[in-house]
Amino acid sequence: MRSSRLALGLLFILALGLPLFAASWRWWDLRSGVVEVHARMPDAGGWSPASIRVPAGEALRLMLTSDDVMHSFAIGQSASPVIDLYPGKPVETTLQFDEPGKYTFYCTRWCGPDHWRMRGTIEVTGDANIQTGAAEQPLYLTLGLDIDAHHEASTLPQQRPSVVRGAALGLVLPDKYLALDYYRLHSPEQVWNDLRGELFSKELDDQQVWDLVALVWQFHASSGDAESSQQLYARDCAACHGEAGAGDGVFAHVLGAASETGDMHARQTPADFTGAAHMLGASPALLHGKIVRGGMGTGMPYWGPIYTDDQAWALVSRLYEFQFEVEDK
Amino acid sequence: MNRAALTNTPVVKSLLRSRWPQLFLRALTLGVFLLAILAGILGTPVGNRNIAIVLVWIAWWGLLALLAVPLFGRGWCNICPIPMPGEWLQQGSLLGPRGKGLGLGKRWPNPLRNIWIQNGAFLLLALCSAVVLTEPKVSAWVLAGFLLVAIGASLVFERRAFCRYLCPVGGYIGLYSQASPLELRVVDASVCASHTEKTCYTGSSQGYGCPWQVFPGGLVKNTNCGLCMECLRTCPHDNLSLNVRSFGADLDVPTGRKLDEAYKAFILLGSAMIYAAVMLGPWGQLKALAYGVGTLPWLGYALGFLLVTLVIIPGSFWLVSMLGQVLAGNKDAFKGRGVKKAFTSLAYTLVPLGMTAWIAFTLSFIFANGSYILPSLSDPLGFGWNLFGTAGMGWTPYLSGIVPFMQVIVLLVGLAWASRTALKIARQLASQARLPQEAARRMALPVVAFCLAITILLFQLLIA
Repeated sequence: MRSSRLALGLLFILALGLPLFAASWRWWDLRSGVVEVHARMPDAGGWSPASIRVPAGEALRLMLTSDDVMHSFAIGQSASPVIDLYPGKPVETTLQFDEPGKYTFYCTRWCGPDHWRMRGTIEVTGDANIQTGAAEQPLYLTLGLDIDAHHEASTLPQQRPSVVRGAALGLVLPDKYLALDYYRLHSPEQVWNDLRGELFSKELDDQQVWDLVALVWQFHASSGDAESSQQLYARDCAACHGEAGAGDGVFAHVLGAASETGDMHARQTPADFTGAAHMLGASPALLHGKIVRGGMGTGMPYWGPIYTDDQAWALVSRLYEFQFEVEDK
Repeated sequence: MNRAALTNTPVVKSLLRSRWPQLFLRALTLGVFLLAILAGILGTPVGNRNIAIVLVWIAWWGLLALLAVPLFGRGWCNICPIPMPGEWLQQGSLLGPRGKGLGLGKRWPNPLRNIWIQNGAFLLLALCSAVVLTEPKVSAWVLAGFLLVAIGASLVFERRAFCRYLCPVGGYIGLYSQASPLELRVVDASVCASHTEKTCYTGSSQGYGCPWQVFPGGLVKNTNCGLCMECLRTCPHDNLSLNVRSFGADLDVPTGRKLDEAYKAFILLGSAMIYAAVMLGPWGQLKALAYGVGTLPWLGYALGFLLVTLVIIPGSFWLVSMLGQVLAGNKDAFKGRGVKKAFTSLAYTLVPLGMTAWIAFTLSFIFANGSYILPSLSDPLGFGWNLFGTAGMGWTPYLSGIVPFMQVIVLLVGLAWASRTALKIARQLASQARLPQEAARRMALPVVAFCLAITILLFQLLIA
């Protein structure tokens, strides 16, 4: 009888002990308040959970893990570092949000064609009014711009406008062209038209005026963080629009295939930033609007909750770089 | 044939007779098995970080194919956790015949007293293996399914019906255990003949009648002996012995060669080759087909798999075995059951060839993926634990420069072993047909050529 009890005890400890130990530990982990967040490719569900609530000022412990391929965890409009998530390797991080509001977390790794859909929200509750998205309306809304309207330029340069050639003309541009509001509201073609009408440009040929347009762009682009905009483009845009902006990124063929269905509300081929007519007819405010609002079903994601306003404007300047030559060739 | 009886050493004998070491190991393997199921269901779906995949299909399979079966035959079956809960329920006790067990105790139906169902179960598993071996949740449900079927079989049928007739892995272990150098046999068959009670089969107060439904007195092959040691406990004459012998001794035994076992040899050899093509080969399309379980393209893959293992390999082997009979001038082989006998007997040539093919295949991934074992032991469920401080260890392929050489040696050993076995079997067949020994060589020649062709194909698939 005694040996039977011993045998039963041995069986219990070894056979059931191991799984029970593991299950208890797991239970204890979950009870400790940590929120387990699983990252999966969007086709397989994206973030789970995709929405998290936490009171303002309270620590939010997250256990982040990828269930399939490599992902990363980043919080929009925030300086917190991006956390890489390797398949099956959980990472714990603690966040604290002092301001109530809705914060977007997202993946920065090109995990698949629908990578951009990997978004989730952290709702930080508190006494203050809950804000959603950016604090101020984006410029295109304030201006009432129809950012989906046709905006092809009708006047085009013979060659890529050059900042160096523009500077070599030795002209001092009037303050009007150096004003930020002017720059943001006018497409390069409009700037060219305005410059063409100036007295000081009478002696210049059309290409030289385009070089001055490049100079105007350079004046505003250099005020932003060029390195940051390069990184943002490489991280968030190049997968579809291509490293060289030609609309030929690694996922472009997927979007292209979908656009062949003829459904205008379905995905569209990524925009080609090297196309002069398309880009020189677009104002910075329009491009800014497209970035923060997204393509509304075309496959172009909305970056409003992700980028700070400075980041979005820096990225706009980066896009014009595909039209303007910065260095002398 | 030389044999060294391990049970002549008193310590070994008492360890084998005692139920405690066995119970300890069985409880431990059951614990790990249940943990693997739990990990598969609740843990990370990433296969290389979940013990349902890493511990079962890398560590366990590696040990089984590389060491356990070639050296200890059915030794694993002794401590396998899958039939244990059912057997304990059936016996009503953990430590020998004491309590009253549960279950209907029905006899396994006579028409099914073979391994055809086992062959089918193995094929079913093999067809879905691309998913079963990589997706923890699927793997866990399959393992849990094994456990439930084993419990069900124990509660309906007598003894270990699951192990003997149903277990998909049991067929692999049983067939290749014939090549192992470990056996349990009676010391003196005449003692058994005069022992009227046959307690080794019927049981006694010291132990149960053979759970594997084998009469140890008539045991000539390892195939159906689970090395559970019950007969060592129940024999009142101390007439059983655990021996170390030469490799492949069972293959020389001319009796007990069956068509279902022959087909197991074809299925296993074909599966090793297809696995090598799917899992190691450069054919992405083939991989995609194998992973699409349940889809129409997968159905094509499944049909191809079945065609290779059930028709092409056995069909080609039938042709070479008949060619051997023609070359040997064995007219008896074409009369009555002669065809079946020659075909079935010579098919046992594929036991060493198949076993070494599986070893070579296992070598290709065990060293490449072995580094997943330590991290997953530290974090068995992929929840971010670090029990032994090894969770952060990265993937490192080991011995990648040496493995191909090891595979070449293993495959060449397999070819030599198979050729020698073919010749021995041919000699037996020639002798039974009263043909000269010279005829045996001619009979074996096409079979050896077949084995050579398979070996070259394996070289291509595994190494080239």
